[in-house]
Amino acid sequence: MYKIVKKEKLVEDIDRFYIKAPLIARKAKAGQFVVIRINEDGERIPLTIADYNRSNGIISIVSMRVGKTTTLLSSLKESDSILDVVGPLGNASEIENFGRVICVGGGVGIPPIFPIARELKKIGNYVISIIGARSKDLLILKEEMEDTSDELYICSDDGSIGYHGFVSDFLKEYLEKNLTGNADKRKDIARVIAIGPALMMSAVADVTRPFNIKTIVSLNSIMVDGTGMCGACRVEVGGKTKFVCVNGPEFDGHQVNFELLLSRQKIYCDQEKECMDIYEHKCMLDK
Amino acid sequence: MTEKINRKRQKKEKIPRVAMPEQEPEKRNKNFNEVTLGYTEEDALREASRCLQCKNPECIKGCPVEIDIKSFIKLIQEKKFDEALKKIREKNGLPAICGRVCPQEDQCEKVCILGIKDDPAAIGRLERYVADREMKEIAEGIKECAWSEVTKQCTREKIAIIGSGPGGLTCGAELAKLGYRVTIFEALHEPGGVLVYGIPEFRLPKEIVKREIDYVKSLGVKIEVNMVMGKILTIDDLFKEGFRAIFISTGAGLPYFMGISGENLNGVYSANEYLTRSNLMKAYKFPQCDTPIIRGDKIAVVGGGNVAMDSARVAKRLGAKHVYLIYRRSEEEMPARNEEIKHAREEGIEFKLLASPVEIIGKDGWVHKIMCIKMKLGEPDDSGRRRPVPLEGSEFNIEVDVVIMAIGQGPNPLLTSTIPRLELTRWGNIKADPITGKTNIEGVFAGGDIVTGAATVILAMGAGKSAAAAIDEYIRTSIW
Repeated sequence: MYKIVKKEKLVEDIDRFYIKAPLIARKAKAGQFVVIRINEDGERIPLTIADYNRSNGIISIVSMRVGKTTTLLSSLKESDSILDVVGPLGNASEIENFGRVICVGGGVGIPPIFPIARELKKIGNYVISIIGARSKDLLILKEEMEDTSDELYICSDDGSIGYHGFVSDFLKEYLEKNLTGNADKRKDIARVIAIGPALMMSAVADVTRPFNIKTIVSLNSIMVDGTGMCGACRVEVGGKTKFVCVNGPEFDGHQVNFELLLSRQKIYCDQEKECMDIYEHKCMLDK
Repeated sequence: MTEKINRKRQKKEKIPRVAMPEQEPEKRNKNFNEVTLGYTEEDALREASRCLQCKNPECIKGCPVEIDIKSFIKLIQEKKFDEALKKIREKNGLPAICGRVCPQEDQCEKVCILGIKDDPAAIGRLERYVADREMKEIAEGIKECAWSEVTKQCTREKIAIIGSGPGGLTCGAELAKLGYRVTIFEALHEPGGVLVYGIPEFRLPKEIVKREIDYVKSLGVKIEVNMVMGKILTIDDLFKEGFRAIFISTGAGLPYFMGISGENLNGVYSANEYLTRSNLMKAYKFPQCDTPIIRGDKIAVVGGGNVAMDSARVAKRLGAKHVYLIYRRSEEEMPARNEEIKHAREEGIEFKLLASPVEIIGKDGWVHKIMCIKMKLGEPDDSGRRRPVPLEGSEFNIEVDVVIMAIGQGPNPLLTSTIPRLELTRWGNIKADPITGKTNIEGVFAGGDIVTGAATVILAMGAGKSAAAAIDEYIRTSIW
């Protein structure tokens, strides 16, 4: 059992959980994830480690309510426990002094991009962050990202805060402004790291491709064990099948077959809905 | 006197091997309850009476963990069931499991003297009977569980075991019996390895696995779940924490795919995923349990081993109207146990033999058809089985909505990749001494599927057992 020592509601439907998991906290690195299972009948789902504190043995995860499992998770309170937390899984992000880097985070992709941005900055990179949400009241971790970025740009789909449009649109304008024209004014971007919904990451990869900027994306496929045992999470990268859990979760965005990823993410749509409907019905009856 | 023995023997040979009661095929292929129902006391006594009690029994040599088969059957003949179980447990901590899933026909029963002229003694069924009998008596309150509360205090050196499958459990049990403080680290949330994620409920009820693991725990073995070794703790961490030796028994947990077009379509599973969803995650109880699984109408399973049979039989139980088992050789070459093949056939699995998939054809991202090519058998290959050769131009399609790839598993590199100095074979298996399990790193032993490639439960147990002896010797002598 893994105790929730603190729970924060970030915005409607998105919570941050601080979980006591000393061994995981001791080894976790930016870019890695955990697999959790809430109760005996529960499924196993992967969630990125949003942060870790080696001294007090606490990791944090951020979860948005979408299906039954995340809804159950959000119903847990401080001092409740999660039955299983397994990790740290997957490979850590590559953290080196690349020079100028852009970190793009969309929606619940912001929490996982945060520790990466922080580690990149710590090692000497000039960190430009572009974060976005559907609207102002759904934007999370703005302050944290401010602290860890040299430049921070905010986007919203509805224009209620910052740039009116998708993060990928802003990125395109930014790159066009900074990477074209007079050679001595150009400030080359060494790499872009993008985390968010598959469609967003795909759009970011499309934007950076003509500029030939190395673009890293962190894929969020369906998993069961998270240790390379089942292959549920397989994706196609550069025409080859890869397992997100052990070969990733980060891959070269220009090589990823996003169409396949999107299709595979929808495998259990019907079952997830069925499960959620039963759960909501039961909740109503309980009330 | 001699005449009396001869008469007795003659009389014995007349008793036919006692059949195993089973659920009817048409009933059982719709539920997940155990297929074989187990002997009654009468069955067991009758079957035990067939044993010749040979002066020089061959059966014991045929057992990878050398159970004293002759003695335990003798004890059954004398109705000393508890003592019979005790006799088995001297050598084997998991009798209810082995009685069910061991390929006895290739081991103890294969060399049974009775088997020369008649059917061999049903050693596996008898082993299962005494183990089940104890469980039943405890459950019914007839008997106190002699071991459930008694957790032995172990005081000797700390030993780490990675993987709680049959190899790890056996190694742990043996070492705990010698007084070592054993911790088994398991990556999944449930101990048992392939016994819980792989082998289906109807062949090996999880309650039984749990019970046997409880027995291992009662010997003083600690099991820590959710521990993905290499990630959360490395081999070096373990040594630093005072573990004197490490036994790696992480199994064959990497699913193979064929590398054909369409394998990443929705509806294509590795057998590992399909079985893990159904067994470990109880997807057959969806939506009571949250893990989903695609229940197709027409399902193709590719492969001819026990894992393929298990997958096909699960698919049938999940409601598929047609389950096709596609295998590139003929039934004779199938690596699955005869009993599993027979059960699969009885349950309505449709065998498509001498056929091999060449492409999976999709429609809107989902599996729609599987294209196969017919094969014929050519010259024997390295394994001694006749090599399948494709018949040019013989392609045909089968309409399916789910495809399960059960063509084998390799060693999972997750742990081994974190130990760069550990020597591996070119397939990624750990190089280890076949008897002692010693690797090239002092203090690190390995055994089971991670060394041999995918094999059987009992072979992993045999490896765990002999490694335990080697670990004990290493600790006592410090000689590597």
